[in-house]
Amino acid sequence: MSFLTLEPIRLLLYLVGVCAFVGANAAYLVLAERKGAGRIQRRPGPNEAGYAGLLQPVADGIKLLAKQIMVPPGTDALLFRAAPLMVMAPSLMCLAVIPFGANLVARDLNIGLLLVFSFGSINVMALMLGGWASRNKFAIISSARVVSQNVAYEIPMLLVVITMLMVTGTMNLNEIIHQQAGWFWNWNVFKVWVNPLMPVTFVIFFICMLAETNRAPFDMAEAESELVAGAFTEYGGMGFGVFFMAEYANIVVGCCLATILFLGGWQSPFGALSGVLGPLWFLLKMYALIFTVIWIRWTFPRTQFYSLLNLSWKILIPLSLFTLVLTGVMIKII
Amino acid sequence: MSLSTAIRDVAGGFKSLLVGMRITLGQAIKPSITVQYPHQTLKMPARFRGHVKLVLDPETGKSRCTACGLCVKACPSDCIELDGIKREGEKKKSVTEYELDFTKCSLCGSCVDVCPSDAIEYSKDYNVVSLNREDFSHMDLVKRLEAEAEIWRKHHPPQAAAVATTPVTAPAALATGAKTPSPGQKAP
Ligand code: SF4
Ligand code: SF4
Repeated sequence: MSFLTLEPIRLLLYLVGVCAFVGANAAYLVLAERKGAGRIQRRPGPNEAGYAGLLQPVADGIKLLAKQIMVPPGTDALLFRAAPLMVMAPSLMCLAVIPFGANLVARDLNIGLLLVFSFGSINVMALMLGGWASRNKFAIISSARVVSQNVAYEIPMLLVVITMLMVTGTMNLNEIIHQQAGWFWNWNVFKVWVNPLMPVTFVIFFICMLAETNRAPFDMAEAESELVAGAFTEYGGMGFGVFFMAEYANIVVGCCLATILFLGGWQSPFGALSGVLGPLWFLLKMYALIFTVIWIRWTFPRTQFYSLLNLSWKILIPLSLFTLVLTGVMIKII
Repeated sequence: MSLSTAIRDVAGGFKSLLVGMRITLGQAIKPSITVQYPHQTLKMPARFRGHVKLVLDPETGKSRCTACGLCVKACPSDCIELDGIKREGEKKKSVTEYELDFTKCSLCGSCVDVCPSDAIEYSKDYNVVSLNREDFSHMDLVKRLEAEAEIWRKHHPPQAAAVATTPVTAPAALATGAKTPSPGQKAP
């Protein structure tokens, strides 16, 4: 065991583990997404490759890998190549501080929450660079949208996070989970005695997460019907594949964060068994959230761009500001 | 807009989203309704118009066509060519050659309507594809009927056919027209 506790070995194991986790998730969430879409539309979804379509991600992967990565003339070749990496790397980094179980965390940083959000914001820049470097009008329109959308939704999201920081008093993600021990009414989302609007806060966080990851109904960045493929228009082969995987990796990170901040992370819903079965509870909650993300995508049509901004500036920001103030007052009184 | 109406608007909008999500979830747990096409096929509806084909008489296993030539005259596009002979011991002529030019046929149905002995009908064959134009410009309907009669004879041994006076039910091959071999496609 001493060999496994050596720091470099431990980090290497975590690196491989996180990469594998993100890779497997990105690949199979695409399948889950298509299966989910199929179910909601009363059809079976991909079911030809392998048993019930389970080999579909492998087939897609091989197809993408076998394609040449074209760098169209006139593009900024360096930025064009760097953008997919820049969009993928931060989500990998974020997973380093996510605690999957009581002891299952690569780096137990005391500013974990801050790290996730600072790396999370690189995602926007990478998408913008990708669109800019493509020298394509659709890609540039998409980039502009990504920036204004992410700026708009970063504000309510961070306001919610500040609220949560006031409630928990720490940025250490594992510490936040420890505070939610016991029965499920100790989870932050149900702590109505701290702030009666806690469930609303959770919903705001969830909506912002959808918008930050450019998911439907907020997928203005790659609105196929008007922008071809948005910022990814000029990308092909694995360049496109990495963007695509990064989208799902970001969803995983976002859902992990929502689980940790609001749903008690690896805590079991009834106070017992959260030590050994911790990772199981964590994954269960996370995948339930991811399922909701998929479910939302196949329920609602894409919003218009101005109503997307209206939602943020006119509803979410005032609401999250209000919960922030309310929490402050409640904390002061209690 | 007062604050209370704004709050009511937001709450009402949010509730409508939840209603939408309940509907999609409700659909998601119902069985899927698609037909997995190459593996499963639908039976063609009764009024489906495939190319014209000769009817196999389920009692005799032969065509009912008497080579009267009315369909040839009725066809506005001049698609049909046929020939027939009078066999020994039979009252009427029987068809020996029936060639349809499906490239010109407009599926108008005049030939089917005019036929006095109900000898032709629309097939239920939709898997018609070929790399060879001849397969459609000279469709040999007698040969196709022969393929069907082959199947018919398997279900009707000669001795049974000889004594058969009671009506025999149509063999399965007739009911599912799509099963007959079509040009460019191997019979399953
Ligand atoms: S369907 Fe009309 S066009 Fe076709 S063969 Fe019959 S009569 Fe001619
Ligand atoms: S198919 Fe009918 S109309 Fe045409 S020749 Fe035969 S019996 Fe006459």
